[in-house]
Amino acid sequence: MNKSRREFIKLSAIGAGGLVLANPLLNAMIGQVNAAEPMDASKIKRFPTYCEVCFWKCAGWVYTDEKGEIWKIEGNEDDPHSNGRFCPRGTGGLGMYNDPDRLKTPLMRVEENGMQTFKEVSWDKAFRFIAEKMNKIKEESGPESLALFKHGSGGAHFGKLFKAFGSKNITAPSYAQCRGPREVGFNTTFGSNINSPEPVDLENTKCLVLIGNHIGENMHNSHVQEMSKAIDRGATIITVDPRLSTAASKSKYWLPIKPATDIALLLAWMNVIVSEELYDKKYIEQYAYGLEDLQAHIVDKTPEWAEKITTISADVIRQTAREMAFHAPATLIHPGRHVTWYGDDTQRLRAMAMLNALLGSWGRKGGFYFPEKAKVPSYPHPGYPPVNWTWKDHLDGTYALAGSSIANVFVDMSHPDNESDYKIKGWFVVGTNLISTIPDTQRTLEAIQNLDLLVVVDTMPMEITGYADVILPECTYLERYDDMRVSPNRFPNVAVRVPAVKPKYLSKPSDWIVRKLAKKLKLSKHFNYESYGEVIDWQLKQMGSSLAEMREKGVLKMERKTPMFIEEDDYHEFGTSTGMIELYSLDLEMEGFDPIPNYTPHPEPPQGFYRLNYGRAPMHTFGRTANNPNLNELMSENCLWVNPFVAADNNLENGQEVWLKNQDGVVSDFPIKVRVTERIGKDNVYMVHGFGRANKKLKRSFGKGISDTQLVTNVMVDPVMGGTGMRGNFVSFVTDKPESEVIS
Amino acid sequence: MRYAMVIDTKKCVGCSDCVVACQNENRVPIGYCRDWVIEHAKGTFPNVSIELRSERCNHCENSPCVRCCPTGASHYEDGGLVKVTRQECIGCGACVQSCPYDARYSHPDGFVDKCTFCHHRLQEGKLPSCVSVCPTECMYFGDLDDKESKVYQLLQNRNWKVLAPEVGTKPHVYYLI
Ligand code: SF4
Ligand code: SF4
Ligand code: SF4
Repeated sequence: MNKSRREFIKLSAIGAGGLVLANPLLNAMIGQVNAAEPMDASKIKRFPTYCEVCFWKCAGWVYTDEKGEIWKIEGNEDDPHSNGRFCPRGTGGLGMYNDPDRLKTPLMRVEENGMQTFKEVSWDKAFRFIAEKMNKIKEESGPESLALFKHGSGGAHFGKLFKAFGSKNITAPSYAQCRGPREVGFNTTFGSNINSPEPVDLENTKCLVLIGNHIGENMHNSHVQEMSKAIDRGATIITVDPRLSTAASKSKYWLPIKPATDIALLLAWMNVIVSEELYDKKYIEQYAYGLEDLQAHIVDKTPEWAEKITTISADVIRQTAREMAFHAPATLIHPGRHVTWYGDDTQRLRAMAMLNALLGSWGRKGGFYFPEKAKVPSYPHPGYPPVNWTWKDHLDGTYALAGSSIANVFVDMSHPDNESDYKIKGWFVVGTNLISTIPDTQRTLEAIQNLDLLVVVDTMPMEITGYADVILPECTYLERYDDMRVSPNRFPNVAVRVPAVKPKYLSKPSDWIVRKLAKKLKLSKHFNYESYGEVIDWQLKQMGSSLAEMREKGVLKMERKTPMFIEEDDYHEFGTSTGMIELYSLDLEMEGFDPIPNYTPHPEPPQGFYRLNYGRAPMHTFGRTANNPNLNELMSENCLWVNPFVAADNNLENGQEVWLKNQDGVVSDFPIKVRVTERIGKDNVYMVHGFGRANKKLKRSFGKGISDTQLVTNVMVDPVMGGTGMRGNFVSFVTDKPESEVIS
Repeated sequence: MRYAMVIDTKKCVGCSDCVVACQNENRVPIGYCRDWVIEHAKGTFPNVSIELRSERCNHCENSPCVRCCPTGASHYEDGGLVKVTRQECIGCGACVQSCPYDARYSHPDGFVDKCTFCHHRLQEGKLPSCVSVCPTECMYFGDLDDKESKVYQLLQNRNWKVLAPEVGTKPHVYYLI
């Protein structure tokens, strides 16, 4: 496909192409029920599910009313992720089902009268086209040249298709664009990853330390619940954040740190704890490697040294360090989740891991517990063919410590400037809007131009769909079976998802899409079932339960087999190369990185610019929910938090619309409303991520607010694991409508 | 029996789950709500604090809305609940105007609607929907005449306030501060 053929199709053109938009039924007002009608309780049914509005995957119940339509969604009381209480997004998950802007039918890029447009096609035609293109890529460059970008449970089905087809080039932006550095930072220290949900014993913690982690605004359900219980118990909370986050507002200590200086604070905290001998001596002696090296490394990293860098007073640094030590080992330095900030993120996360180590909190009550995961047998299939190469061959030893594939490296492998032998020619993008999940959108678009095939599978017309050759409408989680949820927790458990309603429009579950496509690819032997319910039922029966039983229970809990914490006179072996907690990391040293973290200054905003910070709002999951009718209503656009002094300096008023221009001259597509607030300092501005949707088909959210991703053009790559640091971008205000406002 | 709701502002994170859950449970049409969440900030950076609270009808003991209703549709129920009988409501909106908390809205189907303390759930022995969904468990519901109840205990042991006490409505929604 030549370059000009992959323009973003202006979605207004779809209407002209005759899509079903004209059907009044599809555009009917949503959620309109005659409230005066009482409900017939005998007709109410409930179905078990686990939520897909975010990655927390809470298990709950979907209730349908007398008409068989979804009435409400509630948590399952036996579920450790939700404890019977869903978060606002999960409660509002029915908006994903009801959203009239959903993708409704397969669409294919065609050229009509010299214009590119999407045309409705049958599933069969879409599959024939895709299979043909896949086979062509396979013949010309091998099956490995097809890559899968995925997120969520739909993606898992496509992973199997890819492996059956002969490619293990499978990735998810949730690693290198999000939590990757913490996995490596903790793994190099304790020899264990953090994974999801984080095995933090918030339930029993006496001192919770949050570093830029805004629990409560990030609605990681069970953790929000446990933090609230910690507040009830009077636990100390210490929050480090340049902004008065919700968590900061509930903290005993709020440290409004100068952005990008966290490592200096962490080193100074370690300095106090080591020099005042406040660390857990028995634990460190028994388990830690490299205390002396650490001691020598931090001897001059005094609170006074850190005060100059962080703006946090030396007294507060000492006081908070002592308070942490006082409550240890029930002191938890929470690893956070979205940690790709400044490019030295693995080192910052390692410093956090080491601080936990000094306090003795890993494997201890009130610190980190050892999670256990249920063993679920895999459904029989004939085994996958071997592959000739993967993304690792392309990297040739770079980012050797990365524990998962790196989505931005997949972009590099697809880009015309890739000179290695390992080239990617086709993408499947399932449930992840790469336009706002991978920074440096320009580069992503250049890579897209270079592809022979781009298939996008989603429930909503996210921006990435505009660049697709074929768009496949996946139904929502409320309309399908999926793999069971199996996540590590205090107790091993599984949760099931069954359809509560039939798929709306022509949308289909991913497992169906994959089975039908597999048939065209002659790979049916790998997908030997008629409905995914059969697969789950088979698995459950091996485990002594059944789908029928699980329709009543939703969640199956099992007994633990190993202790949840390190037991007193037990010896614990860590997963590092020394088998000990590495305060001095041999892996990092071997790869040529600092074995003990160092503070390095980061660039400051130039005159007239402010650091762009971004975060979460409790009622939204990134861009996924911006258009959800129930959630959009709670927050329909993001706003720009600006300190009153900054507002005065720039003649900005509360509620005024501004455009933002970054250090590279990139101007936001859309304006954003200024929110003048004392909750933020003078050197940065803040917005919630996920707004500024640029696809007109997202009617409710199009052009509302700004997409921070668009302004993240300075990407600081973490040399250890390839993560994309995104918090080194600076913006200035543009008060008059810029001429070249792009409306796609 | 005196029903009361007690909301701990020290725990509320302003997530608005209480709003969505209420909309679903009570089939409140999109664009309307029976409860909502307020953020109130005080001070100057960095000496700043915020209060987050979920608000709704206060089920006032001395309700201007009940007093001004021309048809008697707005009335008290057992336990001090203030309710609107839809069939009797002519949608005149006098009560909407009279409520100092702006807790009532005109439903598109022609009657006035507001929080019922989820009376239908109370009758089934369940807690109000917002209370049972709140992830922080910062909302409590019970009978103030029962000295063993959590709501009674909390008001005994914690500092609290009600909204706009000066208007003399005697609210039954209390905020722990
Ligand atoms: S935290 Fe909320 S959105 Fe995420 S899975 Fe749980 S209920 Fe769903
Ligand atoms: S659900 Fe609870 S925490 Fe969330 S806004 Fe309502 S009262 Fe506050
Ligand atoms: S008590 Fe019921 S009606 Fe009132 S705000 Fe809560 S959920 Fe809504």
